[in-house]
Amino acid sequence: MAEQVAARVSTPARARPRRRRSSTWVGWSFILPNFLGFATLTLVPVLASLALSFLDWDSYSTPRWVGLANFERMIHNETFWTALRNTAYYAVGHVPLTLVAALGFAVLLNQKLRAVRFFRTALFFPYITSLVAVAVVWNMLLSPDLGPVNQLLRAIGVDNPPGWTTSTTWAMPAVIMASVWRDLGYYMILYLAGLQTIPAELYEAAQVDGASGWQRFWHITVPSLRPTTFFVLIMLTISSFKVFDLVQVMTEGGPGRATLVLSQVIFREGITQGRFGYSSAISMVLFVIVLTVTLVQFRLQRRSER
Amino acid sequence: MTATIRRGAAYVLLTCLSLAVLVPFAWMLSASLKLDNEVFSVPIRWIPQEFHWDNFTRIWDRIPLLTYLRNSAFLSLVITFLQVLTGSFAAYGFAKVRFPGRDALFLAYIATIAVPWQAYMVPQYVIMQKAGLVNTHLSLILLQAFGAFGVFLMRQYYLTIPDELSEAARLDGLSEYGIWARIILPLSKPALASLALLTFVNTWNDYMGPFIYLTDNNLWTVQLGLRSFVGLYDAEYAMIMTGSVLSVLPILVIFLLGQKYFVQGIATSGMK
Repeated sequence: MAEQVAARVSTPARARPRRRRSSTWVGWSFILPNFLGFATLTLVPVLASLALSFLDWDSYSTPRWVGLANFERMIHNETFWTALRNTAYYAVGHVPLTLVAALGFAVLLNQKLRAVRFFRTALFFPYITSLVAVAVVWNMLLSPDLGPVNQLLRAIGVDNPPGWTTSTTWAMPAVIMASVWRDLGYYMILYLAGLQTIPAELYEAAQVDGASGWQRFWHITVPSLRPTTFFVLIMLTISSFKVFDLVQVMTEGGPGRATLVLSQVIFREGITQGRFGYSSAISMVLFVIVLTVTLVQFRLQRRSER
Repeated sequence: MTATIRRGAAYVLLTCLSLAVLVPFAWMLSASLKLDNEVFSVPIRWIPQEFHWDNFTRIWDRIPLLTYLRNSAFLSLVITFLQVLTGSFAAYGFAKVRFPGRDALFLAYIATIAVPWQAYMVPQYVIMQKAGLVNTHLSLILLQAFGAFGVFLMRQYYLTIPDELSEAARLDGLSEYGIWARIILPLSKPALASLALLTFVNTWNDYMGPFIYLTDNNLWTVQLGLRSFVGLYDAEYAMIMTGSVLSVLPILVIFLLGQKYFVQGIATSGMK
């Protein structure tokens, strides 16, 4: 023992691992308080979810291995397909509209204007306001008979304005509209941060060459923002597939099943009905979709960088 | 000349669009001061004929709003405190201490940010159920206080602090914990403020978490209380809007005080 210690002290080569071991301990001690909570309530559940999807388990019975039975049941279940279609519909509406709105506002705000702070505040505020309040207000604004939106539409000559959240056709567009309104401020700030990294010389050089504002936008702004757009796209896609709160409060998935999304089915099957296995199988599908979309976006990003 | 015109056009456009974005808030505020039967008047009356300020006193008797506000404030404060404390502590380990396995561990943190919550909310619920914590505030605190996002955000910021600083402190004989407390924390005030504000607002506005875990009315947050009020009395438009205004007010105050930090925090989370 004493020899070992002496050896360590005497040769620098031996001293190294000892220092490393102590820094390992120090490193872990910093991470541990957070890691304990993170591991028990996030990491373990993520892994458990995969296992659960192969089990038949409700809150009372003992778990039983059933292989792919949960997935088979899902494939033959119409509610699942409706929810999957609706989730995709929501994503296809929400992602591009939010992206374009956020980029547009960011470009407008990136000019040297007075009152920029006011505009930024106004546009960002919806993102941090109480979701229930926002959903209820939108439901009132979109109220079919006397709501301000339809009053306005009638005033400009639309004879038969949509029934919005009471109509199976218009409920999803209504939800998408409210969600774009809510989210655009967040992504606008990401874009503003991206715009600030573009060197002004690029624009000046282009202006000297006689490029129009539109050309400068397409040939300088858009390519320079590619990393930001990539990040925004991934964040938007993930959040779209996760949508729950806004739908739950605005329409509860209705009318009928017109706005029912995957996360609501997972919630209802798993937590309300206590079908843990079946619900986890659906959540695995959701996870795989999000993962695939993210990986495809990574691929496309890398190809366009080449 | 054309530059002036273009700038003028940008002003007009921005003003119109910003006002349009704010319309729902104007409607909310205006309706909160009306009588129920005046809310949906034709044509729309943006300024109430008569201001019913008494809506703002009556609502406290209609729903236990004070309880809801207290619960929301309690949860938001505790979760924010824990999130900032453990998050910045862990972030120091990830950013400034070198040890084997560190990067793999960090990857696990990042990866779970991308996993939708729905994908593991059932096992989480089962764990909470087995621990007997369903329908307690503690379940939500445990669930949200150790988020990976806080660790990620703080680490991003710590990477911008030069290593020479901590090296110098190490030579002066300060322990790693001392470096964290006396050098890094004071330097990271803006990042701490960003994380605190984002966490507070997210917790305050969270609907799904309390919706799943809290069944007892005494434990409900503002979001749940307001939602159930809407469900029970959906024709009391004015009163619902009064409750909505009151639920947004604390956030508005916090937002106006800490605007700069919100922007910084979001911009930091977009850094690569």
